Amino acid sequence: MLPDQFLFGVEVMLNGLMAGVLYALVALGFVLIFKASGIFNYAQGVMALFGALTLVGIMDGQVPFAHLINAIFGTDVHHFGWHVPAFLSILLVMVVMVGLAWCVQHFIFRHLVGQEPIILFMATIGLAYFMEGFGDLMWNSEIKKLDIGIPQGGSIWIEEATSFLGGSNFYGFFIDKLEIVASVVAIVLVIILVAFAQYTKQGRAMRAVADDHQAALSVGISLSFIWVLVWSLAGFVALVAGIMWGAKSGVQFSLSLIALKALPVLMLGGFTSIPGAIVGGLIVGVGEKIFEFLIGAPFLGGATENWFAYMLALVFLVFRPQGLFGEKIIERV
Amino acid sequence: MFDQPESFETVDGRTIGGVMMEMKNITLRFGGVVAIQDISFDIREGEIRAIIGPNGAGKSSMLNVISGFYNPQEGEVWYKGELRPSMKPFEVARQGIARTFQNIALFEGMSVLDNVMTGRLNHMKAGILSQALWYGNAQREETENREVVERVIDFLEIQDIRKTPVSRLPYGLKKRVELARALAADPKLLLLDEPMAGMNVEEKEDMSRFILDVNDEFGTTIALIEHDMSVVMDISDRVVVMDYGKKIGDGTPKDVRSNKAVIDAYLGVAHD
Repeated sequence: MLPDQFLFGVEVMLNGLMAGVLYALVALGFVLIFKASGIFNYAQGVMALFGALTLVGIMDGQVPFAHLINAIFGTDVHHFGWHVPAFLSILLVMVVMVGLAWCVQHFIFRHLVGQEPIILFMATIGLAYFMEGFGDLMWNSEIKKLDIGIPQGGSIWIEEATSFLGGSNFYGFFIDKLEIVASVVAIVLVIILVAFAQYTKQGRAMRAVADDHQAALSVGISLSFIWVLVWSLAGFVALVAGIMWGAKSGVQFSLSLIALKALPVLMLGGFTSIPGAIVGGLIVGVGEKIFEFLIGAPFLGGATENWFAYMLALVFLVFRPQGLFGEKIIERV
Repeated sequence: MFDQPESFETVDGRTIGGVMMEMKNITLRFGGVVAIQDISFDIREGEIRAIIGPNGAGKSSMLNVISGFYNPQEGEVWYKGELRPSMKPFEVARQGIARTFQNIALFEGMSVLDNVMTGRLNHMKAGILSQALWYGNAQREETENREVVERVIDFLEIQDIRKTPVSRLPYGLKKRVELARALAADPKLLLLDEPMAGMNVEEKEDMSRFILDVNDEFGTTIALIEHDMSVVMDISDRVVVMDYGKKIGDGTPKDVRSNKAVIDAYLGVAHD
């Protein structure tokens, strides 16, 4: 039998790992775009929100731009009255995300080729606010419930299997089934992404574009095609993140703020590494939970989870600015 | 159509065919600066064609016009008997024109093998779905293209560095990897921008040998820019000489060497 305090610590850590997976999902989208185009995409969080909003909208048969239509024509439409199955809806949202990727490339970044990174970054901030407003206008700003049939609530099975570890007042580890699903999805997604980048023609072209634009052109790679592809992939990852966060805490506009937590994740993992995004996410997830449990709650009055990740990132910036897995910056003299 | 000159044999037994690419009255300006002024010349199938000239003569600009990185304001580019519309560089590459760069443009983060494999991208036709599922065509294609790449790697004698990340290689080898990537594309026309710049004598000799071998064994047409006069005179069939954006000479190395304008441009001449 193990002491309760220790078991509780383990449970805190497991929950931290699961939360970390969700951070990692958002961070992954950043890494994809940053690697391939050198753009730090501030809009990644909003893309997750937009994906989730569109998914709920399609599933519930919401009329897009209902407020606008009603205001102009004096009608009172809000729902089509049908429900689209989850699987079909996800496919439709994927099509929307590809369309979005094409628009982003065609209307914004095509005109900014060769500009300073700061200008590209500013453009993504503009994109973030535009999409937030556009999402609001299209699907309205109520908090929506997203239910695509992912099981939720504590896993009885894990609780029963682990209850023997502690005494009579220990009932086993409480782990949300949703977070288990999220972890499995994240792992599968990462394997697919890495395999795609490493072993396929488009993946190789993607890495080539990330490395050198001129050279990529000279071997016959179309830059705009690759960029649309990359933004589409980032859109898919954003959609997955949006679904998981949406199922966990409802689809609401504060979802776009989770993107900010991805920043310390990226500083830890390095902006250019897919495995780094995962490990960074896990460290932040576990770190903030353990810190709260061991130091925050007993000594600092709690609520350390809000700032712990940023402080950790700051420490990392001082000692290892390229992150855990980032490419080391060596200046040859 | 323009006149097709007869094909002929060179001294060493190679066959030089008809005109593959013809530049007609090309003029390229950057704002008020005229980089290329009304230049015409042709490149014939199977030959090694050099473009030489002092610094700032417009040689690199000319190569960039051929490879589609610059679009000239005036003039026509004819390729394989057809007028080429204004194209993006990647479209030109897809027409079978490969190139290297003066200051090496490799994918530094990738291995030598991966770099050379990118040269095969346009020979891979499997759809994106097949690629993603790694099924059917995609797998067979990868194997076939890998074989071509291994042949090129053998040919250029870079087997021992195949798995090395390019960023770790010395300058001379990088140049060779860049040539390998261009060759892997199985180009009809190979453009080399100062393939020997910054090399020592030994590396220059190696590179000259590779250029001659490529031309000889694969029959690849090659257009190259070079600073080093002696190298150019040794390996090229015909030479265009540029100075201040204008063409001042065109012909066999022997003709060019005795051309007065060329001697003046290279050795300087007293203006009175």
